[in-house]
Amino acid sequence: MSLSSEDVRHVARLARLDLSDEEVEALRPQLSDILAYAEQVGEVATADVPPTAHPYGLRNVYREDVPVDPLPHEEAMSTAPAAEDGRFRVPRIVGPDVTGEDG
Amino acid sequence: MADELTTRSALQLRDLVAHGEVSAEEVARAHLERVAATDDQLKAFVTVTDDAALAHARDIDRRRAAEEPVGALAGVPLALKDVLCTKGVRTTCGSRILQTYRPPYDAGVVERLRDADVVVLGKANCDEFAMGSSCENSAFFPTRNPWDLDRVPGGSSGGSVAAVAGFQAPLGVGTDTGGSIRQPAALCGLVGVKPTYGAVSRYGLIAFASSLDQAGPIARSVTDAAHLLAAIAGPDPRDSTSIPKPLPDVLAGLDDGVSGLRIGVVAEFMAEGMSDGVRAMVEASVERLAGLGAEIVEVSLPHAGYGLAAYYLIAPSEASSNLSRYDGVRYGLRVDGATTEAMMAATREAGFGSEVKRRIMIGTYALSAGYYDAYYAQAQRVRTLIARDFAAAFETCDVLVGPTSPTVAFPLGELTADPLAMYANDVYAVPASLAGLPAMSLPVGLGEAGMPVGFQIMAPLLRDDLMLRAARALEAEVGFDAMPRGPNALAGAAI
Repeated sequence: MSLSSEDVRHVARLARLDLSDEEVEALRPQLSDILAYAEQVGEVATADVPPTAHPYGLRNVYREDVPVDPLPHEEAMSTAPAAEDGRFRVPRIVGPDVTGEDG
Repeated sequence: MADELTTRSALQLRDLVAHGEVSAEEVARAHLERVAATDDQLKAFVTVTDDAALAHARDIDRRRAAEEPVGALAGVPLALKDVLCTKGVRTTCGSRILQTYRPPYDAGVVERLRDADVVVLGKANCDEFAMGSSCENSAFFPTRNPWDLDRVPGGSSGGSVAAVAGFQAPLGVGTDTGGSIRQPAALCGLVGVKPTYGAVSRYGLIAFASSLDQAGPIARSVTDAAHLLAAIAGPDPRDSTSIPKPLPDVLAGLDDGVSGLRIGVVAEFMAEGMSDGVRAMVEASVERLAGLGAEIVEVSLPHAGYGLAAYYLIAPSEASSNLSRYDGVRYGLRVDGATTEAMMAATREAGFGSEVKRRIMIGTYALSAGYYDAYYAQAQRVRTLIARDFAAAFETCDVLVGPTSPTVAFPLGELTADPLAMYANDVYAVPASLAGLPAMSLPVGLGEAGMPVGFQIMAPLLRDDLMLRAARALEAEVGFDAMPRGPNALAGAAI
């Protein structure tokens, strides 16, 4: 397992991390080593072994179908870095020019 | 008496308050004074909530005077790991990305603590998003080990543990994903309990790896830890992974001893890797258990050796998914960018520290197209194999034992440059985490450099009671003195 700088940049893009060049070069051997170590799971895990997600084996858990008071809208919005008219405000996502000004 | 209230156990403080010998306010003041006097050295707390603690204590005193009901641990102070949401009180996860975050709600654990009238002194430092084994990954400052201020307290619950070991509080709450309660408890000479997965609510516990995260007690004695577990455990319909029935009573049989219990020593844990000092104390503890009338048998967990590899795929994979919520939109830090994607990437780049980024990268890679089956799915299969190993061992044993951590506390900075060496701290802790089992550490003596050594006990699902009972018997036999001592230890226990 040896990752290229391009591999690291690709994963960083997927993870929405704007890594510096120094970080990419530091992470490249570290990630390679960690993944090489982790790959040993493939030595024993065969297809006939079912995967475990919850140790207690719980499946879907349902609550009683009774209405409860939700978190008030203002409180849910109170932590937002930017808000307007009771909505979260972000730079433009869709439209002909997504590189432009705050939309 | 006021200046030595900090030396008392949780149950002693509970009784002193209940009998009116001291007020809850005096207890809170004594501990807050100890925090003020020692936290420049220890750095256990990110936020000290003096006013809220004193107000709660005074309310307990008022209710006692009015003969109104108070909770089961009324007036006992506690250090709360800063990954549990507290309404209106800054909850940072040790991260710049949540440095000013004030949650609009309380975690389930916090509600249970208030029901018990436990007085929360503040929010304790931790590795960022609970990722680490030394508390050095906090974005704010590293916490110190009260036994040697130049050594790490362990992690990730290093702040909660240092506060209890440094006599700033008799109780702490930590969280354990792959050893984050047990390992620091071992390194600081404390009792640390990871309950059965699903026994304590994860509602409001800021998620690291959801299928592993579990909150649990930290204390200077098994009895105090058991009482805290009894207070915080129980079903919570707001947590879909909460086991929908109560944990069996952990207090009733606590002092019943180990005579007649079959105790399995995990061969793979004893094979190699631990220091000589740790090995000597672990072997002595097994002999003590035999002397107390337990039947000692050697058992094998053949797949335990794959636990660390599976853990370091599962935990980062779940973390990469959970931490995608920190996108600069709904809460936390925002760094501006021309587009939403640029804003998110700049926010996350500035807000996360290097270990968190490393794990997000591992997890994102392991979950990305073409790799899911080779990594995450395989790791989840190893999890099944490890759970089967435990199930087979518990057919012949009541509890299993071994070391908690391969070494005593190490000097600050020693392992920060080598992630895989740091991860190896968790090698004995992660198998029980992957199987969801209750597991705990208790102090059994001193090893290298006069630093504490922890002994791990693991039990079947929902048999936290049996685990604590075995620990209580061993604790009584060992007679460990929790007072930090040594040439570079934090001084004293009184104010």
